[in-house]
Amino acid sequence: MNNLTILPIILPVIAGMIMVVFRNQIRMHRALSLGTLTLIGIVAVMLMGQIQQNGIQVLHVGGWHAPFGISMVADMFSVLLVFTNAVVAFCCIWYAFFSIGEEREKHFFYPFALFLIAGVNGSFLTGDIFNLFVCFEVMLVASYVLITLGGAKTQLRESLTYVLINMISSFLFLVAIAYLYHMTGTLNMAHLSVRVAEIGQGGLMTTVAFLFLTVFSLKAGLFLFYWIPGSYGAPPPAIAAIFAALLTKVGIYAIIRLFSLVFYHEPGTTHYLIGILAAVTMILGAMGAVAFNDIKRIITYNVVIGVGLILAGFASFCEAGLSGSVYYLIHDMIIKGLLFLLGGSIILLTGTDRIREMSGLIRSYPRLGWMFLITAFSVAGIPPLSGFIGKILITEGAFRVGYYWLGGLGLLASLMVIYSMLKIFMNVFWGYPDDLESNPRISVRGLLRPMALLTALTIFLGLGAQGLYGVVDQAVQGLMDPSLYIAAVLDGKLP
Amino acid sequence: MSIAIGSLFTIGTYLILSRTLLRIILGMSIIGHGVNLLILTMGGLKTGAPPLLGLGVTTFTDPLPQALLLTAIVINFATTALLLVLSYRAYQVTGTDDVGKIWGYQDE
Repeated sequence: MNNLTILPIILPVIAGMIMVVFRNQIRMHRALSLGTLTLIGIVAVMLMGQIQQNGIQVLHVGGWHAPFGISMVADMFSVLLVFTNAVVAFCCIWYAFFSIGEEREKHFFYPFALFLIAGVNGSFLTGDIFNLFVCFEVMLVASYVLITLGGAKTQLRESLTYVLINMISSFLFLVAIAYLYHMTGTLNMAHLSVRVAEIGQGGLMTTVAFLFLTVFSLKAGLFLFYWIPGSYGAPPPAIAAIFAALLTKVGIYAIIRLFSLVFYHEPGTTHYLIGILAAVTMILGAMGAVAFNDIKRIITYNVVIGVGLILAGFASFCEAGLSGSVYYLIHDMIIKGLLFLLGGSIILLTGTDRIREMSGLIRSYPRLGWMFLITAFSVAGIPPLSGFIGKILITEGAFRVGYYWLGGLGLLASLMVIYSMLKIFMNVFWGYPDDLESNPRISVRGLLRPMALLTALTIFLGLGAQGLYGVVDQAVQGLMDPSLYIAAVLDGKLP
Repeated sequence: MSIAIGSLFTIGTYLILSRTLLRIILGMSIIGHGVNLLILTMGGLKTGAPPLLGLGVTTFTDPLPQALLLTAIVINFATTALLLVLSYRAYQVTGTDDVGKIWGYQDE
């Protein structure tokens, strides 16, 4: 029993509710949200230390022991994601101070951002599949509000698609849970793993697994990503960055968790299908990233490519591939947040999102330009930066199990990524500024600081990968060996 | 029971595929009811007695699906309310509730 495991969920909810009461105290909102996220980061670091010493930490809420009560399970994989989540959200909300505008701040931007983070953390930490559904809904309802906040016409139009798609996938999620409950008689994930291992993963069980895969693919943007480009382009950059960094990653987390803990008996069927879907996702994402000429579209298609790459590593289902996925997942959360913030800043400065209409930005904003270049290299996976380690491990994993086509496609997609990023860089930053006089210089100092923090993080993540190795290795051990998770949650006491 | 669930899903799907926003929302909520009934059916309907301690019966109904159902209904209710507000706002801004026309505003 460890009460720390529930803090990352409770803290933002409490802070958010306090903010709702004191509606007009914007300064307090800002301080409280950054303070809460810092606290979550500290809690995550403490949990990491405890997990390294004593193994997986579990909290049986209300003293109801698993599998009857709901348990909160913090293993290394989820805590790593909670920590990254806190850091990225910290930077995005900091960025929002200078860009979101007073109107949105007064209409509960910060509380809803915190509720969203509570839902995301809940999804990472819960050990109960129905609770996973509830946390998904917490996160989604907060995101419905955030995406419509402001009520511009494009926002309303895109948010209708977004809300409808997510509601349908929630219904499918419930259907899948109902079937699973019928077959196994339990909802606790560790207990599910035991029961599925007992009765074997036959045809029906695999069908249910596919149903879950459909649901999470919709959320993660694995193959079923057609709603992503529109809805991620609609809200202002700070919100879009939070979405891109966190929401798709929750779907990926759910796929990895469920298919490594519960449905791991038929990798030839399920994981192979995930591999195929990942490959198709990468191809379509790369086509989108190359084809479009406006910044928002290009970077959202890069999100799609990232999803494909992470799940390509998972599909290989060997140690190298999984460590690659974990590395790349952390890297991707940081870098996609950063990418959306950078793209948003460029649009803010030039007033357009078409890259052909901009040029010579590096003369007026050199630091922004260099940061963008570093980010571009990092997304593509150029060696000293953080994308490299993840990519090389994913490719190694795919080659090791004989999925040469998958590894090759991953590398090809990286080439397309670097092409699309340099397309933005060359069009936007090179050349001569054509309307230097008419376009007054806007101060970007406030915007630059949170982005500089994230850029520094991607450099350190690349250079200091050795330091992270122990933690990632433990996370992968936990994923490869479900008995660790089961032993920690059920404590040897099976009814 | 399964026939009822099946027809609810059919009607819901049919309504979702139509062009009017209000019909889509109605379809969503009908599918929501179908899902709720499905959870109830999957948990086993009637097996003897209510799940109370000290009743002296050995076969009692599983209470968990009902708890799940309650949560699902509340969430479904909240999201439907939000969707209704959202579509009303979209109607105010765009002046139409035809989905095709709302998307007709594409600026590219």
